[in-house]
Amino acid sequence: MEASDKKATWRPSWWRGRTAVIGVPYFWLLLFFLAPFLIVANYSVSEMGAIRAEDISSVSEGAIRLVMKYTNYQRLLPTQDTLYLYAYWASIKYAFVTTFFCLLIGYPFAYFMARAKQSLQPTLLMLVMLPFWTSFLLRVYAWKGLLDEGGWVASLITGTHFDKVLVLMGAIEVPGQLMHTTFSLIIGMTYTYLPFMILPLYANLSKMDLRLLEAASDLGATPWVAFWRVTVPLSKAGIVAGSMLVFIPCVGEYVTPDLLGGPSTLMIGRVIWDENFNNNDPPMAAAVAVVLVLLIVVPLAYFNKYQAEAQEARK
Amino acid sequence: MKNRALFGTKFAKVFGRAWLVGGFLFLYLPMVALMVFSFNHSRLASRWGGFSLEWYRKLADDTEIINGLWLSLKIAVTSATGSVILGTMAAFTLVKYKRFRGRTFFSGMVNAPLVMPEVIQGLSLLLMMVAIQRVIGFPERGFFTIWLGHLMIGMSYAAVVVQARLQDLNPQLEEAAMDLGARPWQVFTLVTFPMITQSLISAWLLTFSLSLDDVVSSAFLSGPGATTMPLVIFSRARLGLDPSVNAVATVMIVVVAVCVAAASIWVARAERRRAAEISAAQRDDA
Repeated sequence: MEASDKKATWRPSWWRGRTAVIGVPYFWLLLFFLAPFLIVANYSVSEMGAIRAEDISSVSEGAIRLVMKYTNYQRLLPTQDTLYLYAYWASIKYAFVTTFFCLLIGYPFAYFMARAKQSLQPTLLMLVMLPFWTSFLLRVYAWKGLLDEGGWVASLITGTHFDKVLVLMGAIEVPGQLMHTTFSLIIGMTYTYLPFMILPLYANLSKMDLRLLEAASDLGATPWVAFWRVTVPLSKAGIVAGSMLVFIPCVGEYVTPDLLGGPSTLMIGRVIWDENFNNNDPPMAAAVAVVLVLLIVVPLAYFNKYQAEAQEARK
Repeated sequence: MKNRALFGTKFAKVFGRAWLVGGFLFLYLPMVALMVFSFNHSRLASRWGGFSLEWYRKLADDTEIINGLWLSLKIAVTSATGSVILGTMAAFTLVKYKRFRGRTFFSGMVNAPLVMPEVIQGLSLLLMMVAIQRVIGFPERGFFTIWLGHLMIGMSYAAVVVQARLQDLNPQLEEAAMDLGARPWQVFTLVTFPMITQSLISAWLLTFSLSLDDVVSSAFLSGPGATTMPLVIFSRARLGLDPSVNAVATVMIVVVAVCVAAASIWVARAERRRAAEISAAQRDDA
């Protein structure tokens, strides 16, 4: 009897506590994460200088009607202005190229890390994560000094005449001129996001069952074949996770293109900034942002689906 | 065994090592260059012109940087603290309460800021703040709005870090405490909290450094008179190479390295002490 009494007085306070623990962050996110998005959506269908809640909906004769002005979205079309299309295309293209190079450098790196001596691995992991603790802005800025005329990397590249190759590849326009080109932008973004590729790949590769390779070898596979047909397919989850972690933030990147890119590498983050602050046109900035969100949602949805499937498969 | 992996061969071993060394060189070269050129006598930050401490001397009188640093530290400390509190609540909710209305939606909102471009988060908070300010005259763009922006991002990161730790906890310990009559709040402060302290510290340090380093959302949310240090550095870096930026960078790298080392030693020591206490307690029982 006593026990049940105790339970009766105990439960409400427990439930109140539970409500508070769930409610506070929930309410906070609704207020400062969801609401701003709805406001952006509202702005994006508003006219300049006249932004009201009525822009998205109006009440007439007791029914709520959606009233939208699509002028901002129409202006995004290449028939009106090709700038936006180019900027979206450039963002996706550079994000893709960056992801490619991160994978190219990061996969072997993570592989050798995972196959290094067991006692060495924590140190190697630490060394990969350590740059995170220093300012990303300062590390990007450092490339300015390295790639500027006479800088260490610039001297190395012009000294080995690699700049002529870069011209042929279309990464730079004039030999010797490395800064403010596609090349400097890609090197900066690859540098920034490389650890984001290495960490999930390492987590994946270090867990691999090495006996599978022995089995492959026993069955007559050469090491090279075993690598491509056993190791790589097994690390697919790591490749997908790493690629997403690189690709998605790269699309909206603002700081690196601004510091290392040039006039030919206009990306969408910059366009949003310019529309809002330089052209004083928040509705246009909002429209550009909404389309960017839609662009990012597509790979993200694929990623979520892939992860869900992988989890199902594990069960 | 000899044919176990592609990398059993001598050539592959050398190749693997070279790749790792090359990769680390790529990751660390810029930081080394930053530090080296902070002692450069020449104004040209890409060419060596002799050793000098000139830029550090100038840094001491650079009120713009110092005021920026002060503001950044204030924002970083307060927003990291707020992020850890809110992030812990969110993590606790996601790990402990498996069923409540809108859980999927909630977890989506917690994780979304991790992948949302900062440009969009900055813009959306800015537009909301502007709209609110137009109606009630508050908040002015400045400390508060930047703080809010950092809190939004930091909360998600803190939630991820704390969530990982909470998932590893043995729920039986909390259940045992409840069976012994502890109230939920007591269970949290006496059992859960001591076990997740280390992850709370890591979450705090992570969100602190994210805030201290943030450019994009600060740039959107700052107002006149509220220029954080990264914003000062960013505007100087945009104009070109500036040795004063190298000097700031070196100071920051050294401070961060010392703090990270101190924190990891402290955490390791606390862990050891805990382990010793637990084994001592177990001995007493026996």
